[in-house]
Formats: sequence, structure tokens, C-alpha cells
Amino acid sequence: MNNSNASNGDSKQEDSHSTKAKADYKVERLDFPDNQVKKMVQSVVFGIFRFSATLNGFALLIVVYFMVSNGLSAITWEFLTQPPTDAMTKGGILPCIVGTFCLSLGAILIAFPIGVASAIYLNEYARPGRTIRIIRLGINNLAGVPSVVFGLFGLAFFVVWMKMGVSILAGALTLAAMSLPVIIGSTEEALRAVPDTYREASLGIGATKWQTIYRVVLPAALPGILTGGILGISRAAGETAPIMFTAAVFIPLICHQALLMKSWHCPIIYMYWQQLVLKLKPRGICNMERPLFSLHLF
Amino acid sequence: MKTNSQTTEKVIQSIFFMIALASIMILLMISAFLFMEGIPILNHVSLWDFIFGIYWYPTSEPPDFGIYALIIGSVATTIVSASISIPLGVMTAIYLAEIASSRFREIVKPIVELLAALPSVVIGFFGMVVMAPLLQNYLDIATGLNLFNASLMLGFMSIPTICSISEDAIYSVPTNLKEASLALGATHLETITRVILPASISGISTAVILGMSRAIGETMVVLMVAGGAAMVPQSIFDPVRPLPASIAAEMAEAPFRGEHYAALFATGIVLFVFTFIFNLVADYISNKYRQVGDSTL
Repeated sequence: MNNSNASNGDSKQEDSHSTKAKADYKVERLDFPDNQVKKMVQSVVFGIFRFSATLNGFALLIVVYFMVSNGLSAITWEFLTQPPTDAMTKGGILPCIVGTFCLSLGAILIAFPIGVASAIYLNEYARPGRTIRIIRLGINNLAGVPSVVFGLFGLAFFVVWMKMGVSILAGALTLAAMSLPVIIGSTEEALRAVPDTYREASLGIGATKWQTIYRVVLPAALPGILTGGILGISRAAGETAPIMFTAAVFIPLICHQALLMKSWHCPIIYMYWQQLVLKLKPRGICNMERPLFSLHLF
Repeated sequence: MKTNSQTTEKVIQSIFFMIALASIMILLMISAFLFMEGIPILNHVSLWDFIFGIYWYPTSEPPDFGIYALIIGSVATTIVSASISIPLGVMTAIYLAEIASSRFREIVKPIVELLAALPSVVIGFFGMVVMAPLLQNYLDIATGLNLFNASLMLGFMSIPTICSISEDAIYSVPTNLKEASLALGATHLETITRVILPASISGISTAVILGMSRAIGETMVVLMVAGGAAMVPQSIFDPVRPLPASIAAEMAEAPFRGEHYAALFATGIVLFVFTFIFNLVADYISNKYRQVGDSTL
């Protein structure tokens, strides 16, 4: 029938996607009523799609705007460098920042080598088969385990069974277990992005497989691996429930001990939101101090 | 010399293999320890009463450990949040992968991914401080901390997961399928609904299931926003107490190795089983119905 008509209607959208479809042919547009209806429906539907995409963009902006506009004024030098005082209603958040930093550092030191090594095995050594399929299934499932279950595991295993107590070490190990799948995933992606010609060239001049991985593949993939590792840890450090169970103390009396943080076996004061959660227990909106807002910028 | 380096290679490979097993080990240990700490609750209450009991009064005397209301709370928030996040997430993915101008795409895509990086506690905080009073005032309901508010926040939390995985799936549909459809005279919309969506349906379903699994396991948002009443909700504006919220709120005060402690671990087992099934299904779908070439459509 009138192929030319319909294809002309679509060549516009097509242009933006494939460079091949530069329409240097012009076909006269024949506007049949049927096609007009189709075009209207299409533009309405595309409008809805566009609206939903924009809505998602705005959701982030609204949340960030709210946090910044309410919290920015509370961030002062004292707020960042002072320990909390008066049962955590005044003062600053220095111990919380230090605690978060130590936890993330510990978690990254533990999870990074294991994650990268797992990814190297999966991407470089393993052959397709049942073993690798089971390992991948395990990793995917680990990625789906809810954070609160990681918290329970950390409590039962690290804190109680391994007798670490509520400590930075227990928290860091729990966070490491949690961020492992993310690190494996992003490392694999980085390894896949290294062209096979690199590997072939290295093997071709007589290097062993390990030499190839160590000297050629890893350096080429390093930036991607590091980005993924940092992202994984930052997501884990933003999780709250597992840290509540394994590393954080609530009682202001322990503050001094936590503040000094002599060893990996000390508990920490984490961000205020755990205090917030405790206050929440009688349900309803609690009275919040103004500094609470600004915490969420971190 | 040659045999020597070959042995080294073998040793290195097996070391890497051992390390790669770490994830499975962790998974097994998680289940082992959950069961170890959670099973003792069956000495106090039967499995049937635990799962289908409607009273959750862990601290009263004698205590009641029935998590039916909590399960319903979790399922309800997940379903309502899915009905928000699936359309929004999938439509955004289609728009970004197929329709959007590259400029729009460059702006919106990182923003949606950043949404995933927001700590859940920030979203919960937003829901509690901004959304709850808003709902309370405008809809004239008893409390703004309810199922609907929690679902809304959870929905926006799972959108990035759904959106980015679906977008990958849509993006990887072979171009010649699309070109063939357009060449036959189909409009762009027809091509999307009849060709591209069917071809990427496995990826999209995986995305949806993973998004829902994230929503059901999310702790801080439901703890802060869902209202915390352990009862079966009658309407969408009733407060609920989903499983993770219950665990997170009560763990700190449950006596160590007591009944309540065991009950919370058993709740954790239920949650773990839920997400485990979700993930197995997602894995099954993504492997079974994968678009391999052009011919399987």
C-alpha cells in the first residue's frame, strides 16, 4: 500500500538513533485519517513516557533540595569537628564521621581483594558449566539478601559466635559481606571491557595466564574496578540496619569509650539516624533537633 | 621449567576458585546461622501458629508470636509499591532507551542512577518529615505514616533497579528487528509494543522481580514510614508493620537468646526465603527466556 508514507512518518525518530538512516529521500506525506489517529496516540503515549522519566528526575531533585535547604544552615565547622554533648542533642558529629570512615575502610580492605579475585576467576578462568552457574546464582542471591538479614547474620555470627562483640570489626565484616556482590559485578564489567586482543597479544609473546592477568588485564581494568569498589562500599555504608546490629552503640554513656576508638574491637557511634530510630519506637513523628537534617547530606 | 610454571598456574587457578566460592559460603552461612538462632522458636509456638497467627505481642505475658499481620504488611507494601514503580520504571526505561533525545538521556539517566545511591534512611526521613504531614493534611487521615506513604517511598527506591535493568534489556534488542518492523510500515509506537517489548520481556521481568525483592527487603524506609502497627491493614491508608521493620525495631531490646530473639530470627528466615524465591525466579526467567538471536521472538 503506502509503505513510503508510514516509513516517512517514522524516519524522524529513526534519524536520532542510527546514523545510517539519514533520509535523503523525501516522500510526500499522505495523511490518511487512520495514520493521524496513530500519530496522535503515539504522541500521547510518548508524552506519558516522557512525563514518567521527568518525574523520576524530579524525585531526586526534590529530596536533595529538601535536605540541603533544611540542613545546610546547621553545618558549621563545630558541627563537623565536635563530639556530641547533652545526650546527643547538641554538639557535633565527629565520632559519627570517624566511625563511618573506619567502617567503610575496614569493609573495603576485606571485601575488595575477595571481590576482585572472585571476578577474575569468573571472567578469566572459569569455563561455562554447572560450577560457574551455581557460583553466579550464589552471587545473585547474595545481592538480593535484605540488609536486615545481613544484620541478623552479622549479629549471630561475628558478634556472638566469633565473640567479637559489638565492634567496628564485626560491622566491617558484615558490610564487606554485603558489598561483595556489587564489587564482583562491577569488577567483572571492567574485566569484560578489556579487549581480547590484549590477552591474545600477551599470551602470544609467551606470557602465562597469570602473568597476562596480572600485568595486562588488571592494569587495563583498574579504573573500572576502583570505581565499582568505591560505589559498592558507599552503598553499604549508607545501609543502616546491619550497622545498628553489629557496630553501633546507642547509649550516650558509652560515648567516651566509642569516641576514643582504641582498637578495632570498640563499638562506634554511628550517624544520628540510629538515635532517631530509637526515638521513633513510640510511633508518631518525633521531635527532631535541627542538626538531624544535615546529617543526611553525608 | 615448563612443568614448574604449569603447576604454578594450576595453583593460582585453584586459589582463585576457592575465593570465588566465598559468596556461596557466605550465603550458606547466612542460612545456617539464621536457622540456628531462629528454629528454637518452634519450641514455644508451632510453625502454623507462627506464620498464620494474627497476634504479634512479643513482650506481653504470655507473649504471642504470630507474624501473619507482618507478612501481610510486607506483601501489601510490596504490591502497592510495585504498582507505582513498575509502570514508572518501565516507561522511563523505554523512553530513555528508545525515544529520548541524547541530551535528555544524558541528563536524566545519571539522575535516575543517583536515586539508587540515596541511602534508604534519607528516603525514609523524607517520607516521614515531608510526605507524612502532607498526606495527613490533604487526605484528612489519622496518620500520614501508613501503607500508602511507605509504598510510595519504596516505589521510588526500586525504580532505579527496575529502570536500569529494563533499559539494558531494551537496549540490547537487535537493531535489525526494529528496522524490519519499521520497514513493514509499523509506527514507532507499534514497533515498541509489538517488537521491542516482547523481545526484551525476559530482561524486564527480571528487573521487575529484582525491584520487588529490593522493596520487600528494605528496612529503614518501612521502619520509619509504615507506621508500625502490627495489624492486618483494612485500607491503603492504614499503618502496617512489615517484617524488616519489626526485626530492626525490636532486635535491640529482645533479651539475648530468648523467645523474642528467636522469633525475630525466624522472621528473618521468612524474609530470607521470600527474597530467595524472588531471586531464583528472576534467575530462571532471565536464563530461560533469553533473546538469543533474531529467531526466538
